[in-house]
Amino acid sequence: MKYLQDIGSYFLMLKKVFGSYTKASVLRHLIFKEINDLIISSLPIVAFISFFVGGVVAIQTALNMNSPIIPKTLIGFATRQSVILEFAPTFMSIIMAGKVGSFITSSIGSMRVTEQIDALEVMGINSLNYLVFPKIVALMFYPFVIVVSMFLGILGGWVAGVYGGFVSASDFIKGVQDGFIPYQLFYAFFKTFVFSFILATVPSWQGFYMKGGALEVGKASTNSFVWTSVLIISSNYIITQLLLS
Amino acid sequence: MIKVEDVHKSFGDEKILKGISTTFDKGKTNLIIGQSGSGKTVLLKCLLGLFSPEQGRIYYEDQAIQDMDDSGKRALREEIGMLFQGGALFDSMTIEENVMFPLRMFTNQKKAVLRDRVNEVLKRVNLENVNQKFPAEISGGMQKRVSIARAIVNKPKYLFCDEPNSGLDPKTATLIDTLIQEITHEYNITTIVVTHDMNSVMEIGEKVVLLKQGTLVWQGTNQEIFKTDNEDVTSFVYSSDLFKKIREVQNKET
Repeated sequence: MKYLQDIGSYFLMLKKVFGSYTKASVLRHLIFKEINDLIISSLPIVAFISFFVGGVVAIQTALNMNSPIIPKTLIGFATRQSVILEFAPTFMSIIMAGKVGSFITSSIGSMRVTEQIDALEVMGINSLNYLVFPKIVALMFYPFVIVVSMFLGILGGWVAGVYGGFVSASDFIKGVQDGFIPYQLFYAFFKTFVFSFILATVPSWQGFYMKGGALEVGKASTNSFVWTSVLIISSNYIITQLLLS
Repeated sequence: MIKVEDVHKSFGDEKILKGISTTFDKGKTNLIIGQSGSGKTVLLKCLLGLFSPEQGRIYYEDQAIQDMDDSGKRALREEIGMLFQGGALFDSMTIEENVMFPLRMFTNQKKAVLRDRVNEVLKRVNLENVNQKFPAEISGGMQKRVSIARAIVNKPKYLFCDEPNSGLDPKTATLIDTLIQEITHEYNITTIVVTHDMNSVMEIGEKVVLLKQGTLVWQGTNQEIFKTDNEDVTSFVYSSDLFKKIREVQNKET
């Protein structure tokens, strides 16, 4: 029963987010701030993780190629497929659920605890539009983060493969280019958009409707990560089934 | 003027307000007092339109809040200033941005004009040279004063204060009380203060409403509260040792 109530409150929240808009000049300022907080500030960690995971994928592939008849180009091919299809869009989104999701939940939750949301409501401001809508718009730029992740993941694979002595530069590049299907990029970015919406709204919902004090803000952040991850993984399965099978 | 008529509010089976009727006068500091759990904050939230009473009506001047649509309620809230218990300043904004916030939301004036108004109200609450500081960088008393400045910056018709003295030392609490009363008279607004602080009652209680278990048990002025024989009033007022001793002295003198 509680789960049904939670699902209901999530969709009611979405309805309110898109109702009675905050003044445009204020909203514009908020959107730029959220782009900085959620997108730009995430780039360093995304770059770091992507580069090294791409490298590990290339090394693992190389070390598991026991048969001499398998071409070395497979290392580039496997790195590209792993990074573009799953690592960058899905697993980077789960990492972002920890970084961005917790940030959103704790910041909105703290505002709830310290009556800042009540202050917005008393002023006649639609607090959900004021707080959540800019985050949704900012996270529409999330695919840009995923592009960076894809590029650096493959670059990391190239560096690890070539400088680790597993594959020549030309074989790796040839593997990256082999059997490229542009539709797979569409699939990757389609699910990235879905994940970005989940990343913006689920943590906001957790923060906005939390009750209690500082301890509950921490619990809400943990719940936010769990729910966001579960929804990302579930929707990844559904989208993959619908678009690729 | 705000008029409350037979307001009832429950949460589940628990009845919090049981038929409150009173009037809060314009140009006066109206105090709602009572023990914890007496329904003060729920009444305040009903007055603000944050809670809807199941029964009864609340009038702002001649218009009932129950008859207002969403845009009417929004327009009303633009005329309300609110001082929260903890200040409720936006901690990601500077003091200047906090005070400027209602003006930015509801007016289209140039920033220089807004800044002049912000400086004017900050000066009114005796705060200067704090514009670029963040709430966490100033004291609790200063935060309350900033919160008052934010509440009055848009020249509201109604000012609500929820426990304005909580967490403050007696001297700062008196300062905040005096400031609230001065602003009420200066702007000729309807001010409602929710408190359980008897010092506030003594200092600024031009009209005092006592709630007990969701019922209005007494109303009058701060002069009358010490003269009444109403048992609910005496048990509330003289629950502290200080006021008990004051009464003993008064009784000896008479």
